[in-house]
Amino acid sequence: MKFLGGQKVLPRSCQQGEGVRAVPLAGHVGFDSMPDQLVNKSVNRGFCFNILCVGETGLGKSTLMDTLFNTKFEGEPTQHNQPGVTLKSNTYELQESNVRLKLTVVNTVGFGDQINKEDSYKSIVEFIDAQFEAYLQEELKIKRTLHSYHDTRIHACLYFIAPTGHSLKSLDLVTMKKLDSKVNIIPIVAKSDAISKSELAKFKIKITSELVSNGVQIYQFPTDDESVAEINSTMNSHLPFAVVGSTEEVKIGNKMVKARQYPWGTVQVENENHCDFVKLREMLIRVNMEDLREQTHTRHYELYRRCKLEEMGFKDTDPDSKPFSLQETYEAKRNEFMGELQKKEEEMRQMFVQRVKEKEAELKEAEKELHEKFDRLKKLHQDEKKKLEEKKKSLDDEVNTFKQKKTAAELLQNQAQQAGGSTTLKRDKERKNFF
Amino acid sequence: CFQGLTKSQNRANMSDIVPPEVRPKPAVPAKPPNGGSTLLGYIGIDTIIEQMRKKTMKTGFDFNIMVVGPSGLGKSTLVNTLFKSQVSRKSAGWSRDEKIPKTVEIKSVSHVIEEGGVKMKLTVVDTPGFGDQINNDNCWEPISKYINEQFEKFLKEEVNITRKKRIPDTRVHCCLYFIPPTGHSLRQLDVEFMKRLSHSVNIIPVIAKSDTMTVEERQEFKQRVRKELEMNGIEFYPQKEFDDDIEDKSDNDKIRRMHLQEMMPFAVVGSDKEYQVNGKRVLGRKTPWGIIEVENPNHCEFAQLRDFLIRSHLQDLKEVTHNIHYETYRAKRLNDNGGLHPITSNDTQKIYDFHP
Repeated sequence: MKFLGGQKVLPRSCQQGEGVRAVPLAGHVGFDSMPDQLVNKSVNRGFCFNILCVGETGLGKSTLMDTLFNTKFEGEPTQHNQPGVTLKSNTYELQESNVRLKLTVVNTVGFGDQINKEDSYKSIVEFIDAQFEAYLQEELKIKRTLHSYHDTRIHACLYFIAPTGHSLKSLDLVTMKKLDSKVNIIPIVAKSDAISKSELAKFKIKITSELVSNGVQIYQFPTDDESVAEINSTMNSHLPFAVVGSTEEVKIGNKMVKARQYPWGTVQVENENHCDFVKLREMLIRVNMEDLREQTHTRHYELYRRCKLEEMGFKDTDPDSKPFSLQETYEAKRNEFMGELQKKEEEMRQMFVQRVKEKEAELKEAEKELHEKFDRLKKLHQDEKKKLEEKKKSLDDEVNTFKQKKTAAELLQNQAQQAGGSTTLKRDKERKNFF
Repeated sequence: CFQGLTKSQNRANMSDIVPPEVRPKPAVPAKPPNGGSTLLGYIGIDTIIEQMRKKTMKTGFDFNIMVVGPSGLGKSTLVNTLFKSQVSRKSAGWSRDEKIPKTVEIKSVSHVIEEGGVKMKLTVVDTPGFGDQINNDNCWEPISKYINEQFEKFLKEEVNITRKKRIPDTRVHCCLYFIPPTGHSLRQLDVEFMKRLSHSVNIIPVIAKSDTMTVEERQEFKQRVRKELEMNGIEFYPQKEFDDDIEDKSDNDKIRRMHLQEMMPFAVVGSDKEYQVNGKRVLGRKTPWGIIEVENPNHCEFAQLRDFLIRSHLQDLKEVTHNIHYETYRAKRLNDNGGLHPITSNDTQKIYDFHP
């Protein structure tokens, strides 16, 4: 319980620099449990940490990861005949006491194996950018779930330097230069049991000076918090860490230790006189894991986001110094988009109307034709009918004429019969001739 | 003498070795726990807890609490009692016989308090004039507007191209709604306010000045209030509907929430005066018939409110505000203003930030 007396004490770290007054507490309130509340929530949620290992094939990247995390991650050593650099990532769930860690280890497969290595760094940069992009997309969504988002952004990049003892390779310089603004780089000298102690000291100095002269920004362990400032600044001077990795255990004295056994002696991984493995583990995991995550989010990700948004055409202020917010640009773009949509809709509607008209015209034509045909047929039919009627009439006339003649003949016959029968034969003949 | 064998110190003893659990809903297909991923020794992953704690203590945090209720219900006193310090507006130099404003005003005061190395910037937002007029139609509107304005401020900062490292958080994390101890039921004003605002802010209803009720009356009143809240579909904090939204709620949390909801609304008494009771100095109210001890759970439920609000759910209040209320506002806003009146930058200047 702290009493600040009755004085108006301005707090040491006042986030906005306003003169917000500090007041003393008259008793125990209980909000000092806040960090615990926060930590408990984080523990429930679990943590994630993503490490990228960049280095040539055969530098012991996988072995080092196994040694760091005291476990055997799956995977076989890669061949040297890869056509290009690919990145393989594996996620593991580790647990220690009540802390659950989702660890993702990304390995560069085939780095340094090609004849032409000019584009080697590209796939690495693309991978890192892709993770930023995924996060940015989630952040820009309208309905988003950032608090349960599985963060795949790379928090630490261990750059494995080959233990030549001389200097950095140009591939290393180029790659690190491309990566230093995107990720926290921690350079390490791999398989450092190949170098003697004196050579190692010279090698480290050479590396550091080359990095500085080429302007490569490596990750500096933070020195602003008193509790870790001292150890961090000491460690900063030991960079790059010279490490040896091993998962095999050898009995030294009465202990089983991780070591590499040679005919001339045994290199103990966790012996600080033999290599800097313990320092690396200390710095990477036990002291600065949280800071690495924070730097990734507040520095590297923000830089990526700023560049990406500017690329997409958003600005914070426009030339008339009127503040343009992302929001307004969003709305402007949205309106533009809606406008286009409407235009398209209009176009489609017109096309539709046009088509309908055409079809209508066609149909009308067809209808007209049909009507004409019908008329023609009707006329034809009437003509036929008339002809037939005429024929019928003429036939009727003939029949009538015949009937008349028949009646006339019968009458004559009757008269002849009355006059005498002698003429009948003659009549008969005449009749016969008549027919 | 007998010399014992030297024990070989096995590294494996250094910590609890637990085989990796598979979380019920993995977001990324994680490798199944086979023999290859068992931990064989201490790595130090659990130090991240300490790292995180240190970080929080260094940065400190903000908490913004709003008090709503008609005047005279002891709002300022309660906040002062909760934080054991003169943090509310009334104590910051304003007189008690100040006139009740004709419309609802929003007045906020900020102080920094520190305890156990943890620094908190506490902002108390007062709403004088609420419920005090003859015609209280729409008196919740200035409050709703204020809450949305804070969301808007945060949103504007968040969508900037160049963002601040830590966006200042003025969003209201918690709204204490004071129910007058009528002993009957909720008033229509109470229902209307809570209905409208429970979707944009965490509302914690409290029964004020509960020393006017006997224990039985108090229980009955509470039950009636709870039933009315339920009938009107008002979800006060902690809200059941958010249980599935936030992944980190364990089953224990859900059970706790149910127990809590059965005890709410808390019937409280506030006081900033100390009296001697049984040899101890306690906060209380002195009456002719006895001293009401504020922190005595037999007398009133202040201690429970304080523990709930500050000691166990402070962080959760902030998280629900950030992950749910703010996200809801943001989604509506980005979806073409959907129903919210457009806020111009001029409006945000109407809020008083009072610094004595």
